[in-house]
Amino acid sequence: MGSVAEALAWPTAGRAAARPPLVCWFEDCRRDAVALVGGKCASLGELIYAGVRVPPGFALTTEGYRRFMADGEMARQVQALLAQADLQDLAALEALSERIRALIEAQPFSVQIEDQVAECYRKLALRSCMPAVPVAVRSSATAEDLAGASFAGQQDTYLWVRGIDEVLQHMRRCISSLYTARAIAYRANKGFDDDSLAISVGVQKMANAFTAGVMFTIHPANGDRSVIVIDSNFGFGESVVSGEVTPDHFVVNKITLDIIERIVSHKQMFYTVDAKTQTSQAVEMPFERQTVQSLIDDEITELAWLGKRVEKHYGCPMDIEWAVDKDLPAGGNIFILQARPETVWSARSQSPVAAPGGSAMDYILSGMLAGKKVG
Amino acid sequence: MKFPVPHDVKAKTIPGTEGWERMYPYQYQFVSDDPVRHQYEKDTFWFYDGLHYPEPLYPFDTIWDEAWYLALSQFNNRIFMVPPVRGVDHRIINGYVYISPVPVMDPEEIGRRVPNFMERAGYYYKNWDALEAKWKLKMEATIRELEALQIPRLADMEEMSVVTDALGESQGYHLLKNYDDLINLGIKCWQYHFEFLNLGYAAYVFFLDFVQKLFPSIPPQRVTQMISGIDVIMYEPDEQLKKLARKAIELGVDPVVSFSPEWSVVEAALKKLPKGVEWLSSLNLAREPWFNISTGTGWFHHDRSWNDQMNVPLSGIATYIGKLKQGVSIDRPTEKVRAERDRITAEYRGLIENDADRKQFDELLGCAKTVFPYVENHLFYVEHWFHSVFWNKMREVAAIMKEHGVIDDVEDVWLLRRDEVKSALWDIVTAWATGVTPRGTMTWPKEIVWRKGVMQKFKEWSPPPAIGTAPEVIQEPFTIVLWGVTNKSLADWAAVQEVKDPESITELKGFAGSPGIREGKARVCRTVAEVGELLEGEILVAPTTSPSWAPAFAKIGACITDVGGVMSHAAIVCREYGMPAVVGTGHATKIIRTGMTIRVDGSTGAVTIAR
Repeated sequence: MGSVAEALAWPTAGRAAARPPLVCWFEDCRRDAVALVGGKCASLGELIYAGVRVPPGFALTTEGYRRFMADGEMARQVQALLAQADLQDLAALEALSERIRALIEAQPFSVQIEDQVAECYRKLALRSCMPAVPVAVRSSATAEDLAGASFAGQQDTYLWVRGIDEVLQHMRRCISSLYTARAIAYRANKGFDDDSLAISVGVQKMANAFTAGVMFTIHPANGDRSVIVIDSNFGFGESVVSGEVTPDHFVVNKITLDIIERIVSHKQMFYTVDAKTQTSQAVEMPFERQTVQSLIDDEITELAWLGKRVEKHYGCPMDIEWAVDKDLPAGGNIFILQARPETVWSARSQSPVAAPGGSAMDYILSGMLAGKKVG
Repeated sequence: MKFPVPHDVKAKTIPGTEGWERMYPYQYQFVSDDPVRHQYEKDTFWFYDGLHYPEPLYPFDTIWDEAWYLALSQFNNRIFMVPPVRGVDHRIINGYVYISPVPVMDPEEIGRRVPNFMERAGYYYKNWDALEAKWKLKMEATIRELEALQIPRLADMEEMSVVTDALGESQGYHLLKNYDDLINLGIKCWQYHFEFLNLGYAAYVFFLDFVQKLFPSIPPQRVTQMISGIDVIMYEPDEQLKKLARKAIELGVDPVVSFSPEWSVVEAALKKLPKGVEWLSSLNLAREPWFNISTGTGWFHHDRSWNDQMNVPLSGIATYIGKLKQGVSIDRPTEKVRAERDRITAEYRGLIENDADRKQFDELLGCAKTVFPYVENHLFYVEHWFHSVFWNKMREVAAIMKEHGVIDDVEDVWLLRRDEVKSALWDIVTAWATGVTPRGTMTWPKEIVWRKGVMQKFKEWSPPPAIGTAPEVIQEPFTIVLWGVTNKSLADWAAVQEVKDPESITELKGFAGSPGIREGKARVCRTVAEVGELLEGEILVAPTTSPSWAPAFAKIGACITDVGGVMSHAAIVCREYGMPAVVGTGHATKIIRTGMTIRVDGSTGAVTIAR
């Protein structure tokens, strides 16, 4: 499997007039499967293909989504409701959103979709050696994650979901999150047509993070492509992504993998899973861990090496979420959770540093004339 | 950033040193009686040249400071017409040298200098290799002339040949003349020293500058790594020791060579063996010119050469014999270094986003590689070979001064300025000719005793790293790279100076000289004579290192120096050997003691002391 065409043929390869699959494992997706499984899931498939360790999972495809919306004429009902929308009246828009979302969340999946999702979830639990394996359920939009069009945060993510009924329910909630008041208004303002709207829902094993965070394969502050910058904290990456803590900060030389800068911060909280409620919870950092470096040097080097590999595969600087799993032994416990092309520096066109003329003498002269600022 | 006013620093004369100014040329003084000069000195930024002068200058040793004061400045300002900068001005306080680049202020004048600079510097860059070959010939001829120079003793009666050849000149006249020749050869040699150096450094500085603009986080050592693995003669003395170690084993005289750390003992034993005599003849071939390598930087009279201190190369040879006997390779891992250099260069180049920058990168890297051998090799010719011979010629002069009672000891001559030596020689020669006692026999010994006391007090004084008024921009290429003058480095130096109790310091910052991390026991070696005490895997802590320290690098696990930048000897050698180095820490030898457990992070430039 390597292309959309092949992926679309699944699982009925060989038959004529094959329909696109309703459900699809990440490893069967590639970067060009965005139309089928959305950007996030396609990207995870791509990472697996590149040999990067990613927590396993599967996706409800956009075909699955369309079938769900078509069943019982739900799409028509939603359109009828949307036709009444008054974008100026926020309260009314919120009420409309709630009606649409309730409608979607109350609608069962067809038996065919339910069977396929349940079968994948069962296999996922088997692969993870854990019954009712906790998963993250998140939307994977077809327009999200693409360089230059960051819709991030428009749809929801649900963590620590356990059991097939819960999984199915949260998949519906992901779909319904297309119809938050904010999303409705956003699409109307931008002139997006709801008919062409499609979403995929990813179901991925939760990494039980001991330490997690983000990594850029370009310096976010100065655009230096020769470094990898890692921010990390104990627990789940939420504390780092949300900015609730000042994370530990490492700058690694991309070429030699030396750690060239290291700031171990005072970290006052972290996220961990609550054993009873099976939800992610913010807790206070125990005093003795507050100033402890949250990644050991070997992990920093391995992460940077993975980051370099991801960047090489995509051919552009990347923005990566990662975790070190506490259930697995060192050497096989670092996972890449998400990777997307970095958008800020990539969008900026870099003007050459070279001197006009480009000879060594030209540069030496212009450098001398400019001088060197002290401090 | 605020720095002390130079005149205030100078005004606090160390008790007992009043009148020290007469030990140095008068133009080196900060003055108060000339309002214009006084104002200029106050408005200028002066920094202590700790890179070259870790200790106060002896009056005679000021010769090289004057020589480069002239040479660097003339090449910048009168020969190549570097547009925004003239020369580098010099002052001395309490024996310590302060320097300051002099900018061209008028933008129009800078503009007028541009075409001249492009034409003149361009000519050198374009014809670099051919001109460098010419330089080598000039330099070698100068050294031969120096070696041939006679310092005649003054006989009671001149040779009969003076009469029969109708020479018409006395040894007295020749002593005066040859002393002048000696000094002039030294000054000439320093003229050549700077013929290529400013341009060489400029090529290197702006390659560094360019790469740092492309990759703001690149450690400077990675840039220098891109020009590593190029053969330079700086390694040759060390290579000779390795050859001699192999030769000793081949001839079976290695037990004799490693028998004693005393050269005289080993030499006497070798002379008794036919194979030993054969080995000694190989040694003698290697000694000229390679054992003219100085055990210090070569800048000071007390930096003796291997030829002067045969125990030093002997200990190196013994170390290599030991390694070979254990089956350990003593070859520099040149192939590995080159492969890593090429990988790093290609990876960085691959990250460059546009064609213009890639082309500029190639041009500047090519230029830096062209100039690199000169930037390294001149050190052997000038600071090592020439200087080592020069200091010994001066000792011959001093021996005559001692013979005539003007100084008590040969090594006292360094307490005199070189023009004072000339005066003393006149005194001696005229007294000799006349048959009376030189006046100096009564005056100089007393003065020398006093000056020795002054030097001791100077050594105990800590020079502030910078004085005067800091500029916003520095354009002089040496100032930036060689001395690493930035606000940050000055602040780091200042911070350590302000610590009251050196026993409480747990971290030192320097330049990241060579990557890697190493923890181990420290061994402080103030001079190369102490490297024999180094144990396998210890971390060498030295004021600075020079090529004659090379054998030490075969033993140590990491290196820390007080002075030097990423292009200093210790940094270059450690990169070649793939071991960590932190250079230019300012005070490591004063703060670290032998036996302390320390951690060297050569990637960040941090040294941590476990207390």
